[in-house]
Order: sequence, then structure tokens, then C-alpha cells
Amino acid sequence: MSRVSVPCHVKGTVALQVGDVRTSQGRPGVLVIDVTFPSVAPFELQEIMFKNYYTAFLSIRVRQHTSAHTPAEWVTCLRDYCLMPDPHSEEGAQEYVSLTKSQMLCDMASVTELRLILRQPSPLWLSFTVEELQIYQQGPKSPSMTFPKWLSHPVPFEQPAPLLEGLPDPSKISSEVQQMWALTEIVRASHTSTRIGRFDVDGCYDLNLLSYT
Amino acid sequence: MLQEESDLSLVIAQIVQKLQGSSLYSQLERQAWASLQRPEIKLESLKEDIKEFFKITGWEKKLQNAVYNELNMFPLPAHPAAPPEHLKEPLVYMRKAQGSWEKRILKSLNSMCTELSIPLARKRPAVEQKELLNKWNEMGTDEPDLSLFRPVYAPKDFLEVLINLRNPNYENGDSLSFRTHLGLIQVPLKVKGIPELKEFFVELSLTTGQLGIDDSTQVPPELFENEHVRIGQKVLAEQDSAAAQQYVRQGSPTALRAELWTLILNISSQPEDILYYEQLKTNVIQHDLLVDSLIYKDVKLTASNDDYYFVFEDYLYQVLLCFSRDTSVLGHFAYNSASPPKSYIRGKLGLEEYAVFYPPNGVIPFHGFSMYVAPLCFLYHEPSKLYQIFREMYVRFFFRLHSISSHPSGIVSLCLLFETLLQTYLPQLFYHLREIGAQPLRISFKWMVRAFSGYLATDQLLLLWDRILGYNSLEILAVLAAAVFAFRAVNLMEVTSLAAAEAVLADLSTLKVMPLLQIFLFATVT
Repeated sequence: MSRVSVPCHVKGTVALQVGDVRTSQGRPGVLVIDVTFPSVAPFELQEIMFKNYYTAFLSIRVRQHTSAHTPAEWVTCLRDYCLMPDPHSEEGAQEYVSLTKSQMLCDMASVTELRLILRQPSPLWLSFTVEELQIYQQGPKSPSMTFPKWLSHPVPFEQPAPLLEGLPDPSKISSEVQQMWALTEIVRASHTSTRIGRFDVDGCYDLNLLSYT
Repeated sequence: MLQEESDLSLVIAQIVQKLQGSSLYSQLERQAWASLQRPEIKLESLKEDIKEFFKITGWEKKLQNAVYNELNMFPLPAHPAAPPEHLKEPLVYMRKAQGSWEKRILKSLNSMCTELSIPLARKRPAVEQKELLNKWNEMGTDEPDLSLFRPVYAPKDFLEVLINLRNPNYENGDSLSFRTHLGLIQVPLKVKGIPELKEFFVELSLTTGQLGIDDSTQVPPELFENEHVRIGQKVLAEQDSAAAQQYVRQGSPTALRAELWTLILNISSQPEDILYYEQLKTNVIQHDLLVDSLIYKDVKLTASNDDYYFVFEDYLYQVLLCFSRDTSVLGHFAYNSASPPKSYIRGKLGLEEYAVFYPPNGVIPFHGFSMYVAPLCFLYHEPSKLYQIFREMYVRFFFRLHSISSHPSGIVSLCLLFETLLQTYLPQLFYHLREIGAQPLRISFKWMVRAFSGYLATDQLLLLWDRILGYNSLEILAVLAAAVFAFRAVNLMEVTSLAAAEAVLADLSTLKVMPLLQIFLFATVT
């Protein structure tokens, strides 16, 4: 199914900590990231994708658009999703993660705002966050292309141009060219990834020094 | 669940694409065409009849083995947003460390090249080509002057790099706290503890028969050995790769080992494979590489001096020189954190059409590299088969022993596993060795990097490599290293210096591998 990226505005992370941030010794273990969609109407969320950076658990709360005059409430749609099975070790620490709407606890029909709550209980890490956050909504069901006028409204009656003497039939040529094109498409589609095995360039393997880049 | 279905179809698509390029695909096609002549294949039920035909003639088994091989070797398809570097190594700081280590190696090789004024690659003149072809089976008799060459790096240089590996996001405080690692490795990778190892290596437990223990002369063969050999012969008759892998977890009988390893690694000696090896031989004869001298030097320094392996010196040249020319090895860099060194044809610096990899297989040998091949010479005597087995073992296992990665079988994880096991189960010994300046990893590192080749007696080494193949993991190397320390713990407690500790652990050739592993995993009182 197709999906379309939704432009979002990711606000800066806010650390939740008891006491004064400056004077206390420990580092915050909970961060909150607010995601707003300033230029987009309330949409149906399809998928959230991001790259983890040492976050152990993720919760997501969503605020949906309500038609009535009641103010929109925050609802938890994902609770304590585990990104790192062992918060003290590197497993899962820098993985790419996809969350689809089927994994969410509530309906994501008309999302206006998201709040990501990141938790990292281990004191071993200096910082943690999620990166490259991308939100996707359902793409359009069918391509809504408009055809050019001459294609959708063909001219009803057209005389073919008279054949020039000595030249082959154009319709026969065009069918043959079409068959050749179909063959090349088949060859291109069945491209294998095996190598040929040549390591030299045209028989020459006279090298410079090794490059560092 | 929808997610699992789409994951499964992705895996299937990846495997199909890989197999389409293999010779098995064309063989199956040929067999299918040939089967149309047979009377039992009817046009109405063509698909089912051909499938039935494949099942009866054993081709389905071959396909099954190939699919199992793919699943074992290649990592699962990654997240669609993940770049290819992520598949090689997910942690950014490890990728960077591997990159700077590779740069050091390249600088060393380049400086050797300029100092000795020897080109990286040279086309041999016709006279020299003919001479080498005549001497192909006895290259060991050649005594070239290798005194100016030195190995590009030795395992201890690599150990220093691993010791200095740091995660920038990790609390590496100067003061000792609960977060400091007492060993040499300072990165917090996930390693298995003994309860998890017991589960993982359940076939090594005290109640399961093992070759290496239950085939000794005191034990009557009716108890275990005869039955085990019979099952092994049955597995070979069925030609089932997955069953063979499960079978060798309890050890492989010496007579059946060569065939079992061939089956597990899914090597088939088709005429194309022999032809491919001959082509590599031609490449060796045509071009002379600087890397060849490094290989010569390594073989002369290590395998030729070893009591067990010096007889195979000629085989080692035949395998390793061809290995350097084999571009199919480049495929493994998709899941190896290392990258092959690149260069350009002289005069065409920067032009991508003239970019080549050096050496053609992208692997620069280090001191002791030839020891990966030497034990295999006991099993395979035909050079092309020996070559295929070694190449498969390298791209499945051995590459992990000299590249920096976070993989559970990577050398960094093995070192951390070794240190954690020792610290948890022999804390007094660990503390004592640390106090006298003899960090245990400094002694065991060279064993693990070489997969114990050259340190154990050959029959014991082959029993150990049986388990590496059976469990598809190198973690057993770390467990064995810890078990060896546990075995010699009493002597080690009395030493007072690193040199004395090295002396206690210098000779492992009398050790029996399987009893050590069994006792350490299943019989140590904690």
C-alpha cells in the first residue's frame, strides 16, 4: 500500500526530572518529544518510522480531532514499547524501527498531535533520543492523474497516411519493435547479481597505491 | 500478523533472487526440461508432476539445502530505511573504528610498497609464467628472499585497537564504579551468561553422548559410538544439510567428517567449480601481487614451523594464492563490517571505470592467516575442493575474527564473553591475574583469533570446529578459552608475572577439548 510522508514539526526534547536540572547529579531518564503538524489537516496515521539512539522504552500519546466542542484529550496509543531488550547493553541501540497503526492501542483516524515519551532507565548512557523521525499517512487509493485531452477524447475518424512506395508496412514494424522491447524488458527484469569474476580492467591490473577514502 | 507475513515474503524474495544467480537454478531448469520426456509427467498436471519428480530424484533436497544455507549465512532483510552500512554494522562508532583500523592497514601496505619499491601488482612475463606453472605443485621448494617483508599486522596489534574501542555515548568515567569493565574490553555488548550458554549448547550436556568423550578407549563402542556412526551414515545418505548441522553438534566421526562438512557448507563439486578454480590458478600465474609475498612469508613463519602442518605447505600456497584472486569473496562484504581496499589503474586516479579492488578478493592477510587453512588439509586432498571448503568457512566464520563488529560471533563479543565468564565464575583468578598485570585476554586473544588452530592437537581442533559448524556460531571459542583458564587455575594462582602466566598456558597440545567444555558449562559449582 502506498504511503505519503507527512511534514511534521518536531519540537525540542524536554527532559522530565525531579528537582533542579542544573544542580542534580543524575541525568534525566525520561524525555518527551512533541510532534505537531502545522500545515496539515487531521489525517489518518499509517506508520511511524525512526532511528533509535539508545532509547530503551517508547510510549506514544496522541491527540485526535473531535468534531464536538469538547477539547481534544491525550490518549495513549503505545505503551512502553521495548526498543532495547537489555537497557544496559548495545542490543537494539541504533536500530531502525517501524511502528504501524495495527500496533497502536487506539484508532488513529484523525491525528492532530503526537507526543513521544522516551525512557532510558540505565545510567550508563550519556544521552538518548530518536532520530530521523518520519510520519506516514495512507497514500491515495488510486492514482488521480488527468489524461491529456487528445487521449481521453480521441478524434473519431482519421485516414491513415498513404504508404510510400518500397517501404515496409509501419504497423508490422511497430509490432516487431514492441516484441524486441518486451524481450529487453524481460532480460532487464531477470537481472542476476552474480559477478563475472574479472578483477582487472581490460587485462590491465597495474595499480596506483591504495586509496584511503 | 500482517507484519510477519510481509517480513516472510521479503525473506522469500531475497532468497529467490540470490538463488536465481546460482548454478543450482540452471541445473533445476535443465532437469525440468529433461523430465518432460518421462511418461509420468502429464501436461494437465505439469506443475505437480515436476514437483513430485524433483522430490523423488533428490533435487528438492538440494534446493532445501540451498535455502537453508542462505538462511544461515545471510542476515535477514533489514528495515527499508536502513542504509547498506547499517547491514554491515549497526553501531556507528564501531563502523568508524573499523574504518580507521583499515586506514592504518592500508597506510602500512602502501609504505611497504614504496619502501621496497615493489609494485602492488605486476603482470608476469611469459617465461616466469611458464616457470610458475611447472612448479605449481611444489611452490614450497621456492626460497624467495622475504627478509624485507613484514606482516601487515599481527593479532596483538589488533588487540590494542579493540582495547581502545570506546562508545562515545557511554559513561567512561575515570573512577572505578559499577559501570567500569574490569577486563580489557570496555564496550557494553550483550553477551550470554552461563545459563543461556547451557541452553544454547544443550547438546554438549553431561547426559548427551559426545565424540571426544564417549568414544575413548575405555568406553565400549556399543554405548554411543556405533549408533552415532550409523546415524551419520544415514544423514549422508539423505543428503540433508540441516540434519547434518544438527548431527555434528555431538561431534563427527573421522571417516565421515569431510563429507559432513561438505554437506553442511553446501559445497557441490560440479565441473564449473573445478573450472573456476583453474581460472583462479590462471589468474595467479598471470599476475604477481605484493600480497603473494605476504602469504609466502606467513606460511613460512607459521604453518611451515608447525609439527602437524608443515607437510601441507604446498597446498597452503595453492589455496591462499587463488583465494586472493577470487572476486566472489567480495560478496561477503555486504554483511562484514570491513570494506575491501580500493585503488585505481595507474594514470587513471579518480576515474570510477578504472577503480579496482586490491587484492581482488578484498582480504589482506595478517600474521597467522594461513592457519585457517592448515587444519582443513587433513580432510580434503583435492585442491579445488579444499579451496571451496576454505572459502566457505572464511565467508561464514573466519572473517568475524579480524573485523570490528557488534555481532555476537564477532571478535569483540567473543573477547567480552571470555572476560565476563572468567570474571563471573573464577573471580579470584581474574583478580589475581589483573593484579599481577596479566590481563587474561592478553593471553587468550591469540587463541580466539586463530580459532585455536596451531594451539590444539589436530584431532581436538577438528572436534572443536565440528561444533562451530553445528551451532553456526563462534561463541564456543570464548567458552573454551575460559575453560582452559579454569583447568589451569591452580597453577595460575601461583604465578607472579605475565611471562609466567604465558608459560603456564603456552602448551595446549595435550588438552582434550570436549571434557573441558562440558565441565566448564555443566559441572562447575558456582
